[in-house]
Formats: sequence, structure tokens, C-alpha cells
Amino acid sequence: MPPTDSLVACPECDLLHRRRPLARGEKAKCIQCGGVLYRRPGLQAGQMVPLVIGALITFLIANGFPIVDLQVQGLRTSATLFGSILALWGEGRMVVAILVFTTTLLFPLIDLLSMLALLLLSHHGHPALLWRFVQALRPWGMIEVFMLGVLVALVKLSHLAQVLPGVALWAFAALTVLLAVILSFDPRSLWDESPC
Amino acid sequence: MLTTHQAGLIACSHCGMVCRHVETIGLQRCPRCRGRLERRKADSLSRVCALLIAAAILYIPANLLPVMKTSSLFGSEKDTILSGIVYFWTSGSQGLAALIFFVSILVPMLKLGALGTLAWTAHRRSPHHHHQRAMLFRIVEVVGRWSMLDVFVVALMVGLVNFRGIAVIEAGPGAAAFGSVVVLTILAARSFDPRLIWDNVEDNRD
Repeated sequence: MPPTDSLVACPECDLLHRRRPLARGEKAKCIQCGGVLYRRPGLQAGQMVPLVIGALITFLIANGFPIVDLQVQGLRTSATLFGSILALWGEGRMVVAILVFTTTLLFPLIDLLSMLALLLLSHHGHPALLWRFVQALRPWGMIEVFMLGVLVALVKLSHLAQVLPGVALWAFAALTVLLAVILSFDPRSLWDESPC
Repeated sequence: MLTTHQAGLIACSHCGMVCRHVETIGLQRCPRCRGRLERRKADSLSRVCALLIAAAILYIPANLLPVMKTSSLFGSEKDTILSGIVYFWTSGSQGLAALIFFVSILVPMLKLGALGTLAWTAHRRSPHHHHQRAMLFRIVEVVGRWSMLDVFVVALMVGLVNFRGIAVIEAGPGAAAFGSVVVLTILAARSFDPRLIWDNVEDNRD
């Protein structure tokens, strides 16, 4: 075992630190720049699994039902996220359609599935390849921004028509909260805690 | 106080493992996760500059071209990002107007300026304001994604307002340009290596 195991480098300024055990929910910060070196999550891997499964179910609800119903003079339409993406694609706005599809649907889904796999596989060595993949993907999942976008669109439309919030709106709100908890769990703690 | 560089070590940016740095012609890979080991992100500053220039160019059509086209019985109307904000302001939602102005106009502009400044000072190996620059970079990384807000609003409006023959909303060419600006600035922020801010502190310590 190399002696470098007890060392940790600051990702923001490259300063070397000696690794120290942390209490649950604590994080270690760099003494030079204040960047976060590593953290120990407040929840254990076993507690994360049901959260991720819950988030996956919420994800299905959020995408299977309409976000809002709109009523204008007896006419009624509703829109799902995927329906909106298809409408954009149909208009020939492929760039926007792909952008919305990847940031609100594809990447968050892959992220959740990968997190589930990471948590379940953590007992069998280091699923580090999967983690590298998740790391590259993560900044592009933007459910929380989309949630705010839904609210802005609702305010905008409430001037023009009667707006009825759909099931998926609540599901998206719940998903935003669940994702905030899940994404704060650093899977690196899975292999930092267990000796190699 | 020693950096990994000075200690002859190298840290894996993926899994965090600290390994001995080996001089090789090829790539050194992390023994744990097989990730590429680099002392600093490859061509960080050139990549940041290239992406920023592309983003700055697209920033112009993103703000001048309409992001949304509303056609109704009463005629059709084209909205740019700015006219959408003006609409919110005049229709009584000043708070919302301020929010959209902040994330859609100010943030992309400030982000271009901030990343440009960070890249320039890192290139000059500026010995000043390390902490402020580190903080600036963290803010840029966190706030940048919220600029996608307007793209999502447009997408939802297009999906929702589709009363054939009465009112239809379509996305305009500005939406794609705007989305591209956001993606390019996020890529630029990810290409910037914050360790470059601190590299000359290292020289002073020697």
C-alpha cells in the first residue's frame, strides 16, 4: 500500500493535506483556498438507495402526466415535458429540442440510474469508471432550473388563459428536492471510507 | 505547505487518489479508476479563450433574434429576451422581470467578463487577489446553469400554447443561439483550471 493513501490534494489549488476521519455530515476544507477537499455524507449508502428509487418513481410521474392544463374559451390543452420537446422538434428547432431533452430528461435519468448502480455496486470494489461518467454528466442535468422555468411560464400564461397545475408539476417540485439531497451525496466517500 | 506538484505527486481529478507522478511519453492513468492523470487541465486557457469568443459572438444573435413567436387571431408578435422582460415588467410582475433580467442578460455577460478576467490573470500569473478570484470562479460555476431558464420557458410555452387556428407559440432562432451561449460558457467554466490561480503562490513558496 503506497503512503500516498493518507494524502488528499485540493482540487482548486493543488495544496496537499493529510486525510483525517470526519464525522457524519462534515466536510474537510482546504487551509489555503477554502475549497472542499472531501466530505462525509450525512446519510449512509443504505439510506440513499430508497431515496434514489423514490426519485426514479417521481421522475416517471413527472414525465408521464401533464405539467399544466390550459383553458381558453372552452378550448383545453395540456403539455407534458416530452410533448413540448416533440413540438419543438416538429417545428424544426432541433438544437433547442435536443438541449431541453438532454438537460431535463436524459441526463437526470442516467444520473439517477447510475447513482443507484454506484450505491448497489459499492461493495464490489470501486465502480470508478461509472463515477467518472456521472461526473462528466452531472453539470448538464438541470431539473431545478427547469422547475423555475415552469413557474415563470405559468405566470406568463396566467395573463392569457386559465391555468390548472397538473400532477407532474407537483412531481417536478418533489423531484427537485429529492435530487438536491441525492446529488449532495458524494459517491467518492464510498471508496474513501473503505480501505482499498 | 506543499502542493502535489512540488511533492512530485499527482492527484486524480476523477476519484481523488494521490499517486506518484511518473514522467512518461504517453498518458499516466490513475491506478484506481483508470482516469487520465493531468497536473493541470490540458490547454486550459486556450480552450477557455476559444469557447468564450464563440459564446461572445453568439451572444449577439441570442439577444437580437426573437426567441418566441406568438401567432393569434389578433396577429403575430415576436419576442426577444429583452422584450419578454419588458412584458413582465409592464404587466405587474416586476420581481419576475428582475429575475429573468438577472439570469438571462446579466449572468451570461458577467460570466464572459469573469472567465475572461480569470483566464487573463491566470495567464499573467497575477500575484494578487487569489482568494477573490477563487471565489469568483466558484460563483461562476454555480450561477451559470440558471441562464437556461429562458430556454425552458420557451420550450414549455411552445408545448402548451397550441390552439390550432386561434393561438400558436413557436420558438424563434434566438432560442437556439441563447441555449448555445449558455452551453459554451458552461464548457468554458469547466475547461478553466482553478489551480492556475494559485500556481504562482507556489513559486513564492519555493
